[in-house]
Amino acid sequence: MSRGRAADRLLALAVWVSVLAVAAVFFWILGSLLWSGMGRVTWAFLTTAPRDAGRAGGIGPILVSTLLILGVCMAVSLPLGLGAAVLLSEFAEAGSLFGRAVRRSLDVLAGVPSIVFGLFGTALFCQALGLGYSIFAGGLTLACMVLPILIRATEEGFRSAPSEYRRAAAALGMSRASALWHVLLPAAAPGLLVGLVLGMGRALAETAALLFTSGYVDRMPESLLDSARALSIHIYDLSMNVTGGDPNACATAVVLVALLLAVNGLAAWMTGRWLSRRVLPA
Amino acid sequence: MSGTDGSTFLRMENLGLAYHGKPALEGVDLEIRRGAITALIGPSGCGKTSLLTCVNRLIDLVPGARAKGKVEFQGRDVLDPRADLFALRKRIGMLFQRPNPFPLSIRRNLELPLREHGLRDRAELAATVERTLRDVALWDEVKDRLEKPALALSGGQQQRLCLARALALEPEAMLMDEPCSALDPLASGAVEDLIVSLRGRVTVLIVTHNLAQARRIADDVALLWLQDGVGRLIERGPAAAFFAQPKEEITRAYLSGERG
Amino acid sequence: MSPSSKDRLLVWVLRACAGLSGAIVLLIAVFLVLESLPALRNVGFARFFSDPSWHPARYAADGAYNLAPMLAGTLLAMAGAVALATPLGFCAALFCHFYAPPGLARACRRLIELLAGIPSVVYGFWGLVTLVPLLNKVQPPGASLLAGILILALMILPTIALMADGALANVPAEYLRGAAALGLSRSATIVGVVFPAAKSGLFTGVILETGRAAGETMALLMVCGNVVQVPKSLFDPMRTLTANIALEMGYALGDHRSALFVSGLVLLALIVALAAAAEWLSKGRVYE
Repeated sequence: MSRGRAADRLLALAVWVSVLAVAAVFFWILGSLLWSGMGRVTWAFLTTAPRDAGRAGGIGPILVSTLLILGVCMAVSLPLGLGAAVLLSEFAEAGSLFGRAVRRSLDVLAGVPSIVFGLFGTALFCQALGLGYSIFAGGLTLACMVLPILIRATEEGFRSAPSEYRRAAAALGMSRASALWHVLLPAAAPGLLVGLVLGMGRALAETAALLFTSGYVDRMPESLLDSARALSIHIYDLSMNVTGGDPNACATAVVLVALLLAVNGLAAWMTGRWLSRRVLPA
Repeated sequence: MSGTDGSTFLRMENLGLAYHGKPALEGVDLEIRRGAITALIGPSGCGKTSLLTCVNRLIDLVPGARAKGKVEFQGRDVLDPRADLFALRKRIGMLFQRPNPFPLSIRRNLELPLREHGLRDRAELAATVERTLRDVALWDEVKDRLEKPALALSGGQQQRLCLARALALEPEAMLMDEPCSALDPLASGAVEDLIVSLRGRVTVLIVTHNLAQARRIADDVALLWLQDGVGRLIERGPAAAFFAQPKEEITRAYLSGERG
Repeated sequence: MSPSSKDRLLVWVLRACAGLSGAIVLLIAVFLVLESLPALRNVGFARFFSDPSWHPARYAADGAYNLAPMLAGTLLAMAGAVALATPLGFCAALFCHFYAPPGLARACRRLIELLAGIPSVVYGFWGLVTLVPLLNKVQPPGASLLAGILILALMILPTIALMADGALANVPAEYLRGAAALGLSRSATIVGVVFPAAKSGLFTGVILETGRAAGETMALLMVCGNVVQVPKSLFDPMRTLTANIALEMGYALGDHRSALFVSGLVLLALIVALAAAAEWLSKGRVYE
C-alpha cells in the first residue's frame, strides 16, 4: 500500500513539474515576443513599406502579398477540396478502389514536409508551367498543402448532415445535384468553414514551401505573376539575413501570431456553435 | 368503398429483397387498388418498410440492398435499372416515420421540389404553396411565417408540411411509413384525418404498427410476417373481411394479440 | 438538363476533383524523381554517401556530394526532439485527463491547441534571439544540435500532447472503473491499465510526430548553425537535409540543384515509411 502511494506521489510530481515547466517556457516565448515586438506594432507599421532592407519602415506590401497568396490558395483549394470531399462522403464510391486510393494518398499528402512541397512547387509551377517566382506559384503550392485539411473537415461536415435530408430529397424525385446544392451544402457549411479557417491557418504559418515559389521581393505586388514576400518569409529574412532586423522581425512575428490566433479562435468559436446546433433536434 | 374503381394501380410479383446477400423479404405478391388505402401490418422487423422503399426505389440509397422480382407500375417494371427514378418518385411520393423537412424556410421546403420538377412561375409557385398548405390544414397556422425555418414547427406541423411538400408534386400515390407513430395523439389524429381525405384522389400504401388505425382507415390490408428470419406476405384482402374472418391462423393470432 | 444527366455530370466533376486531389502525391513523387534523375545519373547513388564532403557544383565531376552528414543531422535532431517531447507530451495529456480539475484541463487544452498553431518560423525566431545566445554563454557558438533539439521538441510537443489526449480519451471508462474497483492506485492504473489500452493510439501519435520532426525546416534552419558536419557533441553546429534545401535551392544549378531534389526524395521516402508504420500500427488497434 505505501509503495503504491509513493509511486502515486512520484508520478503526480513528474506530471505537475513537466506541465508547469512546459507552460512556463511557452509563456516565456509568447511573453518575450510581445514584450519586444508589441511596442512597434502601430498603424503606420502595418501600412507603410519596408525601408533599408526591412530594418525600418513597416510591412504594408508584405501584408498585401500574404493576403494575395492566401487568396490564390483558397480560390484553388476550396472548389477542388469541396468536390473531393463530396465524392468521398456522399457517394458510394468512397468504399471503392478509387475512393480508398484517394483517401490513402490524401493521408500521405498530409504528412509531406513543407520543404518538399516547396521543391515540388518550384519544379511544377515555377518552371514546368512557367509561372516563375510569383504569387500564383506560391498560392498553388499552398493549395496542394492545405487540401487534406480542407477535405477532412468538409467530409466531417457532410457526414454530420442527417441522412433524413438525403432520403427526403430522393423521395421527392430531386436529383442528387440539387439535393447537394440546396439542402446538404447549407447543412454542411459549418464543417466547410472550419476546414477553410484551419487551412488558412496552416497557409498563413507556412514558410518553407514559399521560399522558392513566391520568393522574397518586398515591394507591393502589381500582379499575381509578381514575386512577393509573405509575413513568415519576412520574419525569416530579417532575422537571418539582415543584421539589425530583429526588432522589426519581432514586430512582424507579433502580427503573424495575432492573425493566427484570430483565425484559430474563429475556428474554435465556429466549431462550438456548430456542435451546439447539432445537439438540437433535427 | 368510396372513390375506388377497383382497377389495379400497382402489382408486385414475387418481390424479394436482400441485404448483402442475406434475404430480408421473399415472394411477395400484392396488388394495390387505385385510389384505395392499403395498410401493411405486421410485427416490427418483418420488412414492411423495406417493401415500401422498393416501390419508389429508395432502397437504392441503402448500400448492399438488392431487390428482385417485379414491381409493375403502368406497364413497366419499377425495378428495371433503366427506370426513370426522378419521374417515378414524382408520381409516387413518400411520407416518413419521422418528419423530415429540410433545414430551410417553410416556403422553400415546398418550392424546392416544385422548382426541381420544372415549375418556375412565381405566381404559380405561390398559388401551389397556398393550395397545398390549405390541403393539409396548415395554411392558417403558418401563413404569416412562411419565411421562418420549418424546423421551428411542432412535430405534427412538420409532418403535415412534409405531406404538403409531397402532395404539391401532385403524385398519383403516396407511400407512408408509420407517419403517425412519432407524433402525439392529437397531431396523430390530424395527420390520420388527412390521410383519409386522400382516399379516391391518391392511392395510399401505408405501413402501420397500430391495428386500430388500420381498422379505421384501410380499404385493403396485407399482413407481413417473419418466417425463418425472412419477411413473407401471409394474408391480404379487403379490410372488412380481413378483420372479420381472417383465413390464416397467424393472422387470427396476430389480430387477437396472441402473437406479434 | 434532365435530372439524371445532371447527376452524371456532377459525378464526373466530383471524380475529377477527387482524382486531382489524390494525384498530387503522385505528382510530387514524379516531379521529385524527374528532377533527381540528372544527379542520380551523373553523380550516382553511392557518391551521395561516399564523397569526402558536400561541395556541390553545377557539373557532377567538379563537386562533392556527400549527403550523409546532413542525413545524420536530420536523424539526430529528430531522435532528440522525439525523445524529449514524448514524455513531456504524455505528461501533459495525463495532466488533462487525471490530474487537473476540469476548468484547468480545459484551459490547458486550449493553450496546447494555441501552441500547435504557432508557425515554425516564430519558434525559430525565438530560438535565434533568445535560446542561442543563452547556449552561447554555456558553450559557444550556441547555434547547435542542442538548440535544434530543444526548439524542435517545443514545436512537436503540442501535437504529441493533443494526440495522446485523444488516445487517452478513447480508453473505455469501464477499464478505469474496473481498476478503481480493484483498489489500484492512480499510478498503477495509469501504468498498468491506461497505457496498455491506449498503446496503439500513443504509438501512432509518436510516429506521426517523428515524421513532422524529420520534415521540419525553418526552426532548424534558424538555430542549428548550418555547418555541414556530423556533430560530435550536443553543442556542435550542424545542418539538416531540410535546411540544406532551403539554403541552397535559391542559387543551385545543374547537378547541384538536382542533388537537392535527391535529398527531397530521401525525405519523402522517410515520411512515407513512417506513415506506413503508423498505418500498420493503427490496424492492430484493440478497439476503435
